[in-house]
Order: sequence, then C-alpha cells, then structure tokens
Amino acid sequence: MTETTRKKGFSRRTLLKGTAGLAGLAAGSGAITGFPYVMSAEPKVLRYLGTAVNEGDDISKQCLKDTGIKIEYITATTDDVTKRVMTQPNSFDVLDTEYFSLKKLVPSGNILALDARKIKEFGNITPVFTKGETPGGKKIGNQGTAPWKVLYLEGKDSKTFSKTATEFVTLIPTVYNADTLGIRPDLIKRPIGSWAELLNPEFKGKASILNIPSIGIMDAAMVVEATGKYKYADKGNMTKEEIDLTMKVMIEAKKAGQFRAFWKDFNESVNLMASGETVIQSMWSPAVTKVRSMGIACTFQPLKEGYRSWASGFCMSKGVSGAKLDWAYEFVNWFLSGYAGAYLNRQGYYSAVLSTAKAHMEPYEWAYWMEGKAAEKDIKAPDGSLLEKAGAVRDGGSYEDRMGGVACWNAVMDENDYMVRKWNEFIAA
Amino acid sequence: MDTSEDILQQASPDLVRGPDTARRTKAARLSPSFISWLQAGPMMLVFLSFFLIPLVFVVIVSFWDYNEYQLLPTFSGRGYTDTFEGCIAQLPELCTIGRTYVMTLKLCFLVWAITLFIGFWVAYFLAFHVKSKTWQVGLSLLCTIPFWTSNVIRMIAWIPLLGRNGLVNSGLVKSGLINHPLEWLLFSEFSVVLALVHLFTFFMVVPIFNSMVRIDKSLIEAAYDAGATGFQTLVNVIIPLAKPGIVIGSIFVITIVMGDFITIGVMGGQQIAAAGKIIETRVNALQFPAAAANAVILLVITFLIISMMSRIVDIKKEL
Repeated sequence: MTETTRKKGFSRRTLLKGTAGLAGLAAGSGAITGFPYVMSAEPKVLRYLGTAVNEGDDISKQCLKDTGIKIEYITATTDDVTKRVMTQPNSFDVLDTEYFSLKKLVPSGNILALDARKIKEFGNITPVFTKGETPGGKKIGNQGTAPWKVLYLEGKDSKTFSKTATEFVTLIPTVYNADTLGIRPDLIKRPIGSWAELLNPEFKGKASILNIPSIGIMDAAMVVEATGKYKYADKGNMTKEEIDLTMKVMIEAKKAGQFRAFWKDFNESVNLMASGETVIQSMWSPAVTKVRSMGIACTFQPLKEGYRSWASGFCMSKGVSGAKLDWAYEFVNWFLSGYAGAYLNRQGYYSAVLSTAKAHMEPYEWAYWMEGKAAEKDIKAPDGSLLEKAGAVRDGGSYEDRMGGVACWNAVMDENDYMVRKWNEFIAA
Repeated sequence: MDTSEDILQQASPDLVRGPDTARRTKAARLSPSFISWLQAGPMMLVFLSFFLIPLVFVVIVSFWDYNEYQLLPTFSGRGYTDTFEGCIAQLPELCTIGRTYVMTLKLCFLVWAITLFIGFWVAYFLAFHVKSKTWQVGLSLLCTIPFWTSNVIRMIAWIPLLGRNGLVNSGLVKSGLINHPLEWLLFSEFSVVLALVHLFTFFMVVPIFNSMVRIDKSLIEAAYDAGATGFQTLVNVIIPLAKPGIVIGSIFVITIVMGDFITIGVMGGQQIAAAGKIIETRVNALQFPAAAANAVILLVITFLIISMMSRIVDIKKEL
C-alpha cells in the first residue's frame, strides 16, 4: 500500500484501487472511543486518505519520529477519494483532497471542518489561499473553484461556504501547483507561447489532452479562449451553451485527427511524450521532470494566457473525535512545520507555508525552485536522484511568476452532469 | 447467465461427474432430487449472493435519481433518458450511445471472428497433430503467456513496438517499404483489435480444444474410409462436433470484449468509445444511477447476443 514516494507522487489520479481493501481492515480501529484518553501504550495511528501527491514514505517516517503519530496511507485517485468519502466516511481519519471536490464533499456532511485557531501556522499560510494573491501582491485568476472561494464555512456544521474569513476552515492547504502544456522543444523547433497551439494543425496527430472530464474541459476552454473564438465568463462554471461550444471545437479537432491519444495517468503522459508520439500536450510538472530525467528535452511551457491551477488540503472525517482529533491537529500542525513543505517544494510542487519550508531547504534549492534563479549546484529530488544540472532554470520561473500567472482553477461545474455526457460524446465522435 | 454451470461442466467433465456417481451409491437412502439440490447448492449460493442480488441492486439504482453528492431513492428514468439523449432528435445521425454501441459491436465482431479463426486452428493443431498429452498441456500453457504481465506493462510495451518511432515502423522505413511511419499501427482500431486478439485467443483455444479431444477418433477414420476428403471431414465431422466448444469460447470472448474499457482505452489512446467506458466515466463522476442504467443496457444487449448464439447451438443438448 505504500509504494516509493516518487512513484506515488505521480500516480495520484490513476486507477489504483488496490489499496481500497486495506482501509476496510483499518476501519475498525476508529471505533475505540468512550475511554478517557491517557498517555498509554496505545499507538497514535491516523488513517490518511488521499491522492498520492503528499503521501511520501519519508514524510510518514519523519512524522513518526517527530510526533509519534503513525500514518497509514490509503491511496486513491481523486475520483475514488471522493467516492470513498461519500460511501465510507468512517474508513479514514484525515482526508487529503482537492478543493474542487468540496462542492460535493461539504453538502454530503461527511467531513469535519477544522478550527483555524488550532492551526499554529494558519496566519502564515500563503495569501494565494486566503486572499487570492501572491505574497508579492499579484492578483490570481479566480475562475473555477479557486481555493479562497471555498476555504471557509459559515459555521461548524454549516454546509454553506462563507465569503468572509471564519474560524471554520474546509481544507488546510497542503500542496498546489500551476499546470500548463508540456512540449518537446527538440521536435517542435520553434517557440510556443499560447494554448491555441494545442489545436494548431501543424501538430496534427501529435497532440494530446487529459482524459479526466472536469480537468480536460478546462484545458479545452483555455485553448478555445486563446484562439479567440469565445471568451468565457467563468471557464470553471460553464453554461450548457458554453459546454456545447467548447466540445464542438474539440470534436472537430478530434475528427480531423489532431490528437494522438488522450492520457489519464501520470505514466501515460510520460510515455507519450518520451516516445515522441506527442510533441505537445497538457501535463503535470513532475511528469515533465520525469521525461527530462530520461535525457529527453521537454519543457513545461509558460503560456501567455496563464496556468490552470489545482490545490489540495487536509480535513477530517466527521467520525473523528476525542484523542484522535487532537492527533489529527498535531499531524496537520506538523505537516505545516516545514519538513513536508520542503519535501514537496523539491518535487516541483508548492507548499502552503512558505516560511517554514524555506527553513528546511538549502538556499540554492530555494533559489532554484521558488525564486526562478539559475541553479548554483545540481538539483536533486528528495530521493537523491539528479533532476537538473547546475545552471538550469525552472520552466516558468519563480513562484511569483508561476502562481501569479494562474488563470483558472480545477473545478466542478454546476452543469457537471451535462458536461460528463458531452465528454462521452466527444470520446465517441 | 445460466450457462456458467454448463461451462464448468464442459471445462472439466470429470470433475463434475466423477464424484457424483460415486456418492450416489453411498447415500442411496436420500432422494436423488435432494442430492442434486445439495450438490448444486454451493454454486447457487455463490451465484445468488455475488451475482443475482448485486444485479438486482444495480437495476434498482438505475431507476433512482441523483445529485452531485448523493443518490436520491426516488423513482426516476433519468439514467435512461439521459443516455438516449438526442437519439431521435439527431436522426439520421447516430447519438452518442448509438455510436458507442456500433463501435463496441464492431470491435466485438472483429475480435470474435479473428480469435475464432486463430483459436480453431490452434486447437485443431493441439488436438489432432500433437500426439503426447504432456505436449498438449505444455503447448496450451504457452497460450497463457499474454497473461503473465500486467495490463500496465503490456500497454507500455506496445509503444516501442507499434509507435511512431517503434520497431515495426523503423523496420519498415529502413527496408524502404514505406517513407513515413504508419500512424494507424497504434492508438487505432487496429491496435485495439490486435491487443484484444492477443489476449483472448486463449479463451477460444481452451473450450474448442476440449471439444475436439473428445471427438471419437473412429468417427474420423470412418469418414476417411467412406472416402471423405480432409476438407469434407473437417466441415461435416469436426466442426459440428466442436460446436459446443466454439459457442462457449465465443461467449467468453464476446462477454469480455463487450464490457472491456481498459484495453480499448489504452490501445485506442482513449479516443475510441466503448460501452464500458461510458459506465466508468459516469461512476467516476459519482453519477451512479446513470452508470447503473448503462450497465443494465450493456447487460441486456450482451444477453441478447448470447441467447441468439445459444439458439444456433443448444449447448445443453450437445454436451
């Protein structure tokens, strides 16, 4: 159930359902309540349900060392995490999920909002989440399910998102990133600067897009807007007409043979790119790094229309109470205290509390990953493998530039049901 | 499907029949019908609890309503009406579900025809040309090789072989047969059919082989003595007697391909529609009733195909 860190980091949205069974076994352990908690030999165990992004073995080992809390990972894809929260809310303690799932999770009443006052570093969480701007003051695009729209609830058991700050926080941010198109500069041989290039007939049969409907349609919308065909009020919440229009453009492209394949999991995207089957496609940052570490030129290309961003965070199962609740807070506080943040930053993701992560990174690492400066020394992954040679500069540059360039966020639309049907039509076209 | 017990019997006749007769003499005092029930009992129980009851649930849920985050247990035909959305309005063009099923049936037919052809001859070779039992078993085990690797490995392995810069294409280009790599080798209907045939021919080989080894050799000798040519013997003796195996193999292949979405997805570059794919997309979007409705539709269509096939050959009679 716990693979190696990097592998897991990559396969977060794959169809690995194998781990589900183990969680069932673990389900019983949560039921032991009703006894006053004393500092006994009872091990502090938390069942951690999430996509694989944050679930590093190194993180759980360090956590056990620092706090005595043993983390049991339950790894699933984003879709399966949501399914599990709906159908088996007692099968986990801590939940690590994406902000866009909240539109489904909060109304279900199966998750417990966190008390901001118990989160030590809450005040230091990057303003990306609390204010929708970068630390340098750049406004961030708010289309889609931007985290600050769904960060607070009106009350402890409320099912309504609060527009103003309250102490009831839906998800304490853990990790996020800005996604764009990956390209093969060696095969394209000219600068790429716009999402519109994805549908450029020049790349006929060599383009690819993500086959996860809710994310794929956002990328499609970025393309449609970039071509100047239409300007959306909110790409993350389209009307039926807008969905029709977007899918029409995509269906035409598909029929014309623009796409080589659609990809659904991390490794598929790496393979398509590394083998040269595709030269331009939507991609995730660590996938680009992986292709590059195979010795193949691949760029996570910044585009003038901006990035599509996503973010994950922690909350708890509504079944968590008593001592377990305290451990959960202890764990979340530990997670924000720097070690985990530095670990995520070194993979090309971003951590929620920048100051603590910085304290756990070497200055040259911080300069490369966060400040967009040329690497002074070789850049290594958390497992010690070489990612970039000295002198390299991160694609897209600094945190300010990348997060400041975000145009929209992963989302669940009001017309989600219709969108999914249209997506099936797109696949069948 | 009521054929599963037949399949079991067909696959291992000795297993089912052997102990049956032995026990009957011992427990002669119990009524034979009671013993039959007792023997069929475990299978029935498994069948009931792991197939029929879940199936009933699927049918019930397919008539429920739903919203973004929960099932609403009120009657609704939405799962079905949404699925057939536009089927009349878009005429004469096919709607999504129509197109999906045309594609699924097309793939199914191609895979069935090819696996039947290959499977028949492999089985024929094993049954009539390989004399030793050990070799027969050994060689049929070779047919399982495609199952030795996981789906993921297989998927990754096809790219270096069939891809744009893969072995086949670079070989053809270097030999001067073609100028540009063939794009249709991978992520196409061709590659889907290839992968499915590669996987499922085994399911044809085993039942057909099983039927063939049970053909009384004296029948073939009699045909030969009566002056029949090899072809006449094949058409008039072997094929009719191998029919149960052919039908059972066909049922295996058709049911698997009808419901497949992983291989079709991977080899088709996720660009080819499949009935199973629609269900998966719906489940992932937490639209369980719609997924259930699609599952019921798939089940009905598959069942129709199979009952048509069992019309052609009465399996029970043939065994």
